[in-house]
Amino acid sequence: MTSTVQPTGTAATEPKVTRRARRPRTAEAAPAHWTVKAAVIVICFFWIVPALGTVVTSFRNEIDANNSGWWTVLNPANWGGFTLSNYHDAIVNAQLGQAFINSLAIALPATFIPLLIASFAAYAFTFMHFPGRNVMFLVIVSLLVVPNFAAMVPLLQLYGRLGIGGTFPSVWLFHIGFGMSLAIFLLRNYMATLPLSIVESASIDGASHYQTFYRLILPMSTPVLAAFAIFQFLWVWNDLLVALVFIGPGENAPLTVAVKNNLIGQQGQGWNLVTAGGILTMILPIIVFLAMQRYFVRGLTAGSVKG
Amino acid sequence: MVIKILNTILTVVAGIGAALVVYWILNKLAELLPRRWEHRVKPYLYILPAVAAICLYVLYPGIQTIVYSFANAESTQFVGLQNYTKLLSSDGFQQTLVTTLVWIIVAPLAAVLLGLLVATLVDKLRPTGEKAAKTIVFFPMAISAVGAGTVWLLIYAFVPAGQPQVGIQNAIVTALGFDPVAWLTVRAFYLNTLFLIIMFLWSQVGFSMVLLSAAIKGVPTETVEAGRVDGASERQIFRRIVFPQIMPTVVTVYVTVLIGVMKLFDVVYVMTNGNFNTNVLATEFYNQLFTNFNNGYAAAIVVMLVIAVIPVMIFQVRQFRLEEATR
Repeated sequence: MTSTVQPTGTAATEPKVTRRARRPRTAEAAPAHWTVKAAVIVICFFWIVPALGTVVTSFRNEIDANNSGWWTVLNPANWGGFTLSNYHDAIVNAQLGQAFINSLAIALPATFIPLLIASFAAYAFTFMHFPGRNVMFLVIVSLLVVPNFAAMVPLLQLYGRLGIGGTFPSVWLFHIGFGMSLAIFLLRNYMATLPLSIVESASIDGASHYQTFYRLILPMSTPVLAAFAIFQFLWVWNDLLVALVFIGPGENAPLTVAVKNNLIGQQGQGWNLVTAGGILTMILPIIVFLAMQRYFVRGLTAGSVKG
Repeated sequence: MVIKILNTILTVVAGIGAALVVYWILNKLAELLPRRWEHRVKPYLYILPAVAAICLYVLYPGIQTIVYSFANAESTQFVGLQNYTKLLSSDGFQQTLVTTLVWIIVAPLAAVLLGLLVATLVDKLRPTGEKAAKTIVFFPMAISAVGAGTVWLLIYAFVPAGQPQVGIQNAIVTALGFDPVAWLTVRAFYLNTLFLIIMFLWSQVGFSMVLLSAAIKGVPTETVEAGRVDGASERQIFRRIVFPQIMPTVVTVYVTVLIGVMKLFDVVYVMTNGNFNTNVLATEFYNQLFTNFNNGYAAAIVVMLVIAVIPVMIFQVRQFRLEEATR
């Protein structure tokens, strides 16, 4: 776990530049051997081509997409068949527009509520002294790897009795519960690296814990808050199982469920529509990835310990 | 549609607002107390919502699941160990276990090896090339299994012989003069599961590459230089000097992917629905819960899985404590 935690801790406190500079590449300054370059190009090829096929197919008309390979567009003679109508059909007819909004409605609160709750708890675990602190923290950390479907059967029954099955809050609460261990773990690890003297001097100056937390600790923890927020948002956005179990297909279904159910799972939906639906699920994560790559990598590597 | 959007925004704001109000009230309550008590009580008020969430959503249902695993399909009557014995003796479930085992054996090891390969290769490039290559290999990490499923279903797509192929894998096979194959239905040698593993690797190698690459960069240059001065070959330098130093990260990556594979659900559910012998534990759990409506079986599967995960979990916690000790 050493290396999973370090990206959030060390890398965040010191800029990446100094890390690079610490390792002058004297011996390797010579350009890489051509075999290395060729191997990397081959690897990149295998990673890009699958995605490229989906992107291209999502813009081809129904007849072309289902009767010829997408690579035939390499021939300019086949360029007449491109269209945007697949996206229109996917958004309107396959109800993915609705599902996109549902995904946002599920993912945003399921990201920010646990962040808020965990920040308070992590503050208490780091800067306050109280009996049972270490034991409680250890229990929380060990619950990190409990797979989330360990809780599904009883909660499904409970939701059924309470009559809140299929609603947004039912999924929020589940993600809050299962995001909590990770969030507390990450935040506390980060807060422990902040200088204790800041909190002590704030306390001497008469600041309450609430003020110290709100004015000092939260702003100083921005890197780890961002990393967790991105991880949790994408985790919920990309989640299929929790949404299937607690919401299922229908008007509240998020994108993943809708694409699986309305496109992949239906006979006779053409590749043009299936790929357009796939692209719709990917747009937001890819934008987040490209826009916040550093936080993103940090968040995902840190979040990989989630159960 | 507009009403729906407004409704959604309202629900979101109300949800987040409610959480804020809870803390405001808790803080006010603490400040009402005499100062000495305030200091004693406040920590518990700060962690109360977090602990409550974990108890209500992780601890209580987890224990309840164990109880249900000894009860019948409707959770109305205890049946002892029957769920376990019936599951373990059924052919279908044994098949599921074997397929899960194939995943466990192949996927984590392949993810580590491929990640190590990519990480060492890109480390030799100049920074711009390295960054570009890393971005390309890493981006599928951002995508859901449903999104990746649309990508790979198209690759493995099958069209009967004689017509132009839509999937690239069958296009290559037919171009070489063979008959097209419905890849995801090939049970022999778990070939279809291996194709699912390839898809899994496409989306997960980026993760192991990023971690291992960071570890390789953390290897002190002096140790590598010293090896070079002593006349070691590049391969020897990697095996004798770099690898031992990145071993902890290798283990971390392996364990993390292992946990991910043990509870893997979406890849299989999206691609094959668990048909053609591709069923794994988590998809079987889903089937028992929603197709067979058998809470007892579903709970028993979860319990078996958690028992399998516990050793890995103890390992993770121990790593964490070791790290705390060195802090």
